Amino acid sequence: MASIRALEERCLELSAEGLIAGSVHVCAGQEAIPVGAVDALTETDRVGATYRGHGWALACGTPLTLLLAEICQRSGGVNGGRGGSPYLTASRYRLVGENAIVGAGLPIACGIALSSTARSEGSVVVASVGDGAMNQGATHEGLVFAAAFSLPLIVVCENNGWSEFSPASRQIAADASSLAGAFGIGTETVDGNDVVAVRAAALAAVGRIRDGNGPFLIECKTTRMRGHFEGDPQKYRDATDLEAAGRKDPIERAAEKLRKMGVSEADIAAAADAAARRIDEAVARGRAGTSPIPSEALADVYSRVAEARP
Amino acid sequence: MTEIRFGQAVNRALADAMAQDSAVVLLGEDVAAAGGPFGVTRGLLDRFGPERVRDTPISEAAIVGTAVGAAMTGLRPIVEIMFMDFVTLAMDALVNQAAKARFMFGGQVSVPIVVRMPHGGGINAGPQHSQCLEAWFAHVPGLKVVCPSNVADAYALLRAAIDDDDPVIVIENKALYATKGELPEPKPSASIGHARIARPGQDITIVTYGAMVTVALAAATELEKEGINAEVIDLRSLQPWDETAVLESLSRTHRAVVCHEAVEAFGIGAEIVARLADVGFDELDGPLVRVGAPFMPPPFAKTLEDWFRPDPARVIAAVKRAIG
Repeated sequence: MASIRALEERCLELSAEGLIAGSVHVCAGQEAIPVGAVDALTETDRVGATYRGHGWALACGTPLTLLLAEICQRSGGVNGGRGGSPYLTASRYRLVGENAIVGAGLPIACGIALSSTARSEGSVVVASVGDGAMNQGATHEGLVFAAAFSLPLIVVCENNGWSEFSPASRQIAADASSLAGAFGIGTETVDGNDVVAVRAAALAAVGRIRDGNGPFLIECKTTRMRGHFEGDPQKYRDATDLEAAGRKDPIERAAEKLRKMGVSEADIAAAADAAARRIDEAVARGRAGTSPIPSEALADVYSRVAEARP
Repeated sequence: MTEIRFGQAVNRALADAMAQDSAVVLLGEDVAAAGGPFGVTRGLLDRFGPERVRDTPISEAAIVGTAVGAAMTGLRPIVEIMFMDFVTLAMDALVNQAAKARFMFGGQVSVPIVVRMPHGGGINAGPQHSQCLEAWFAHVPGLKVVCPSNVADAYALLRAAIDDDDPVIVIENKALYATKGELPEPKPSASIGHARIARPGQDITIVTYGAMVTVALAAATELEKEGINAEVIDLRSLQPWDETAVLESLSRTHRAVVCHEAVEAFGIGAEIVARLADVGFDELDGPLVRVGAPFMPPPFAKTLEDWFRPDPARVIAAVKRAIG
């Protein structure tokens, strides 16, 4: 969690500096969800995320240098600089892609789960979606599909209460859990800012699915500590809501738990320092990287060009 | 050599590809137990089982989205969209996901899906079941589009699409399903992007595809009686399209007409004539003329639909305009 926070804070600096162009959506306040959920997975399981996916990429084990180079749109990035912050994928590290279309990810995750089933891989697929995605038809269709084919899929709904610039409560009357329940899918609602609780729910869901039960939805009640995207002035948001989000900071809460377990203040600080140092190294590599070459980008549109005429 | 129907050729291509590669699976509404609305997938459930031939919920967005996810992780899904008109419900999965995944992800994944969709009128199915929307897909970088005109190509182009590592839209004209033709042995193969000359001629080039090839050939037969010898080019592949073959024909005939069943405005024909007017400018001895349906939804009334769909008379009139 400390690494995710440190990475994203540095991304904000690099955005301000101009090294990162385009919008960046940070997950500050939601770090416990990818960290807790991915810890319940094995190396053969897979993950699909949203454009707010740096945390998932890092939790999946994507090397920091490749990740930061991608966010900086460098040719040495994990996507060769084609994806940047909101279109990341790191399929070698289990992340089968972020998605910048709200609601598009769940059907794709169904397909990944179907592939696992068809090839008897026994993998579980985690699909991260936001509360805003619960409004989308594609999400509902994905839930119908997952239930109809009893797919090994865990939907993790990161309910931060904000559907972009509007409160979720003004957009949809039902919560994610009751919606999934209506489609015949089992659910659990957890405190998404408690990494231990998220991990426990994910472990239970993974166990349930590996026992041959169908899909499951974990609704993580969480907080968005910053704007929808970086640079969002959040004029629509009451200051008290922002302050309340800060008080629920999952990293502070994890540190508090560690203190209660007897971990020293020095050790907690050392973990944060080590994370910052790793980011420094990755930033240096990112700065030294080169921009993608247009002709190579063009060649990536198709797998192969049409063969020469016979 | 025995003749089979166009729909049976599609069925054989599916069966042969599934027999050859266990990663090939079918997804679609009523494709398994019912054998498909046009009977094209009949018998495949019994032969390959319910894990590989799946009846899906009526959820086009999820059908295509699921195919995309499955394709990125090792399967080669073939999706049937019952009528091409219904693809509007799956456009995000095709346009924002399938077409872009390989590029966005820097080549880490490819999306080897085939989406079969029947287009066209002639069966009195009305505005929401008869459209020819192929130009939409040809306009999207990352997608390939093919459209067979006969039994041999129904087989060969579908096999080529299944073998392709990119998303391929295979458009089958509904009016062709019942038509008969020869499926040669050994089975024919095709490579996406290559046209064929359906009828050689030297006076004018008629560029077309799908069911309109038959219409253009009928027009060419009539024109011959008047001393006009038309060359008919069957594009077979719309994205990429065989610009080299069309330009080569134009360099001999110096005149061209492009025909499709889709509405004329902003269609495949617009792209082709734009390229011929640019790259082929020095070859032209007459106006480039398009033939397409009028700019309106396909009508339901039988008499209106008959009037709406381009026929040989309209192609003949266009040829005469082009020749002057």
